Amino acid sequence: MSLAKLTASALAIAAVSATAAAARDNVQVAGSSTVLPYASIVAEAFGENFDFPTPVVESGGSSAGLKRFCEGVGENTIDIANASRAIREKEIKACAEAGVTDIIEVRIGYDGIVFASQIDGPAFTAFEPTDWFNALSPKVLKDGELVDNPYTMWSDFNADLPAVEINAFIPGTKHGTREVFEEKVLAVGCEETGAMEAMMAAGMSEDDAEDACIAVRTDGLSVDIDGDYTETLARIDSNPEGVGVFGLAFYENNTDKLKVATMSGVAPSTETISTGEYPVSRPLFFYIKKAHIGVIPGLKDYAEFFVSDAIAGPNGPLAQYGLVADPELAETQQKVADEVTMGN
Amino acid sequence: MTDANATQPGAGRPARSSSLLQLDERTRRRNASEARFRLYGMAAVGIGLAFLVMLLVAILSNGLGAFQQTAFHLKIELKQDVLDPNGNRDIDEIKDAKTFAYSPLIREAVLRQIEAYGIDTPLSEAPVEGFSSPLDNLFSSGARSTLRDRVIANPDLIGQTVDFRILASSRVDGYLKGRVDRESIARDKNLDTVHLDLVDALHEQGAVEKEFNWDFITGPDASDARPEQAGMGVAMLGSFFMMLVVLGFSLPIGVAASIYLEEFAPRNRFTDLIEVNISNLAAVPSIVFGILGLAVFIQFAHLPQSAPLVGGLVLTLMTLPTIIISTRASLQSVPPSIRDAALGVGASKMQSVFHHVLPLAMPGILTGTIIGLAQALGETAPLLLIGMVGYIASNYPGGVAEGFLAPNSAMPAQIYEWAKRADPAFYERAWGGIIILLGFLMTMNIIAIILRRRFERRW
Repeated sequence: MSLAKLTASALAIAAVSATAAAARDNVQVAGSSTVLPYASIVAEAFGENFDFPTPVVESGGSSAGLKRFCEGVGENTIDIANASRAIREKEIKACAEAGVTDIIEVRIGYDGIVFASQIDGPAFTAFEPTDWFNALSPKVLKDGELVDNPYTMWSDFNADLPAVEINAFIPGTKHGTREVFEEKVLAVGCEETGAMEAMMAAGMSEDDAEDACIAVRTDGLSVDIDGDYTETLARIDSNPEGVGVFGLAFYENNTDKLKVATMSGVAPSTETISTGEYPVSRPLFFYIKKAHIGVIPGLKDYAEFFVSDAIAGPNGPLAQYGLVADPELAETQQKVADEVTMGN
Repeated sequence: MTDANATQPGAGRPARSSSLLQLDERTRRRNASEARFRLYGMAAVGIGLAFLVMLLVAILSNGLGAFQQTAFHLKIELKQDVLDPNGNRDIDEIKDAKTFAYSPLIREAVLRQIEAYGIDTPLSEAPVEGFSSPLDNLFSSGARSTLRDRVIANPDLIGQTVDFRILASSRVDGYLKGRVDRESIARDKNLDTVHLDLVDALHEQGAVEKEFNWDFITGPDASDARPEQAGMGVAMLGSFFMMLVVLGFSLPIGVAASIYLEEFAPRNRFTDLIEVNISNLAAVPSIVFGILGLAVFIQFAHLPQSAPLVGGLVLTLMTLPTIIISTRASLQSVPPSIRDAALGVGASKMQSVFHHVLPLAMPGILTGTIIGLAQALGETAPLLLIGMVGYIASNYPGGVAEGFLAPNSAMPAQIYEWAKRADPAFYERAWGGIIILLGFLMTMNIIAIILRRRFERRW
C-alpha cells in the first residue's frame, strides 16, 4: 500500500512541476526521419548564426509528426512538422478540428530513391520499372496470362540482368519511401507489362487492380526492411547478390560500398532528379503553424533560413548532403516571407 | 568388491585392488570423470573468457579511434572588409556576417599554407570565393562557426591573422586513422585522392595532426553533416539527470517499501502476493516499462517528451524491484538477536529498525542501489519509446530545471542513434561511446564492490 501511495503522490508532484515549467523559447520540430538529417543540419547552422537557441528536432515518421502537429495550438505543441509526403486531406481536417487552421506548406527540395547493390556484386546496372514488378509482384503476366509469379532469377524475365536469385530489400510499409516505390515503380511496371489491363479484364475493379499491382510477393525473395537504410546496407553487405532500395543521400555517403543502377535509363543524381528525368523521386516538405509565428521566438527566422539559397540552394550544405534542390526555391522563399497559408 | 576379494579363499594375500597406491577400476573411473568435469568447467570458463576478450578487442579496436581527432592548424586572416565592412566594431553588424562568410577565409588560409610549404597540388587552383569549393571537403563545416564564435567573443581580432585549430572533415580524419583507404576514396564522392595527397603533404609539415579528442567526451552531438564534431557530453548530462531522478525516487521508495514489508507488514496472503509480484517485476523486459511510461507519463500526465525526468521515472520503475529485493536481502541478513536485544532494552519497533537494523544493512542496500543504477544507466529499450532517440542532443541544459525537463538524449540512446546514421564516421563514434559507457559502468561496479568489502559485517 505505502509503495502505491508514495509512487502516486511522487508522480503527481512531478507532473504538476513539469507543466508549470512549460514556457519555451526554442522552436520544436518533429516528423519524418528522411527529413531529420536535413532539418538537423539547418537547426545546427541556425543555432550558430542567430541569437535564438538551437531548434529541437525529433523524428518519428511523417504521420506521427503530422499527428502531433495537429494536436492543437499552444506552447506545448510542436511548431513545425517535417514530412516526406504532402499533408493529406484527412490530416488537414483533423488539424482544423483541433484549431490548427492556418498551415504554411514549405517544399524544401526533392529526395531521390535509388536502387543499389554491393559494389563488387553482380552487375545490376540498369533497371526498368517492369523488372521490379516482375521480380516482386505475386501475380505477373506471362505469355499473355496472369499467373502466380514463377520467376526466381532476375534473368528469368530480362536477359540483360545477371543470372542470380532475386533477393530484394525494400523499405517496410511504415516508411514514406515505400509509398513512392509502390507508386513510381511497381504501379508503373504493372501498367507497362500489361498486367493491370489483364487484371481489369479478369473482372477486377480499377481500385482493386491498383492495389493488386503494388502488392509484394511473400515467399521470402523480397524482404521488407522496417529499420533504417543502415540495416538495408548491412543486409546487402552480407548478401552479395542482394539489391536494396536507398535514399539518394544515404547512397552518396556510402559510394565506397554501393553501386547504383539506372532506372529507365537515367542515372540518379541531383541533376537528373531536379529536372525530373529520373523517375523515382519525391518532394520533401515541412509545415508551419502560422499561429505560432510571433509567439515562438525564431520560428519565422528558422523557416526563412531553411529555404535560403545559402542552405537549400544547389550549392548549400543540404544539397551537399544529398537533397535535390528545388528549382522553384525562389517562389518558396517568397511564400515563407509572405506567410502564405495552404488554400490561399 | 573389496570384501569379495578379501574373502576369496586360496589366494594367499592377493594383490588387493583397493590399495592407496594402486587404483582399482572404479576409482580410476571416478577420478577420470572428475578430471573430465574439471576439463568441462575449464573449457566453459575458457569459452566465456574468449568471448570477453573478443568483445573487448572488438570494442577497443573499433572505438579507440573516436578518442583521437584530426585537426588543421591554420593561420587565418580575419579580414575586416568581410567581417566588419563599416569598421565600427559594432557587435550587431559583426553578427550580420553569417558563418558562410567565413568559408573564403579558411580556404584562403589553406591556399597560403600550400604556397608556403611549396606543395604541388591541383587544388592550389581551387576557387576561394563562392558557395562551395573543393577545398571545403578538407575541413569540417563546423569550422566556420568556430571562427565566428571566436570573433563575436572577441571583436578586436578582426583585421589580425590568428592561429586557429579547426577540425578536419570526417573523411580526412578517417584517412589519417587508417579507417578510409585510397581505394575506397576513389569511389567516394566527398573526397578525391588529390585531397589525400595534399593531406599527406600537410601532415608531413605538421599542419595536420591527430590529437586527443576532448570534444568527443565533453562536446554536444552534431548533425549528420559533421560527424567529426559529435560528442557525448550532452547525452552524458542527460544520463546524469536521469540517474538523479532514479536515485531520488527509487532509493526512498524502495527502502521504505522493503523495510515495511520486512519488519512491519503482517504475513498474510496479500503481502505474499506483493512479494511474488515484486520478484516477477524484476524479470519483466525493460521495453514493457517503456511503453508503460509512454502511456502514463507522456500520454496521460502530459510530461514533456524526450525529457530526462520522464526517462528517469521510467527507469525508476525498472530499478525499484532490484533495489527492493537487494534491500530485503540485506535486512534479512541482520541477525534477529540484534532486533531482540534492542527490543529487550525497551526500544520501540521503529527505534530498533532505524537505530540498529538499518545501519547494519546499509552497505548491502547501497550496493544494491548502485548495481540497480548501473543497470538503469545502460538501459536503452525503454528510452526508445519515450522519444529519447531520433533527436540531436546539441544543447547543453541551461540550468537544473532545464536539465530535467528540456529534451535530451542519454548515453546508450546516443550510441544507438550514432549507429543508425548514414556516415560511416558515426559508426566509430558509436563504438567510442560504448567505451565511455563501459567506463562508467565499471566505475560504479567497482564502487559497489569497495563498499561491500569495506563496510559489510559478517556474523
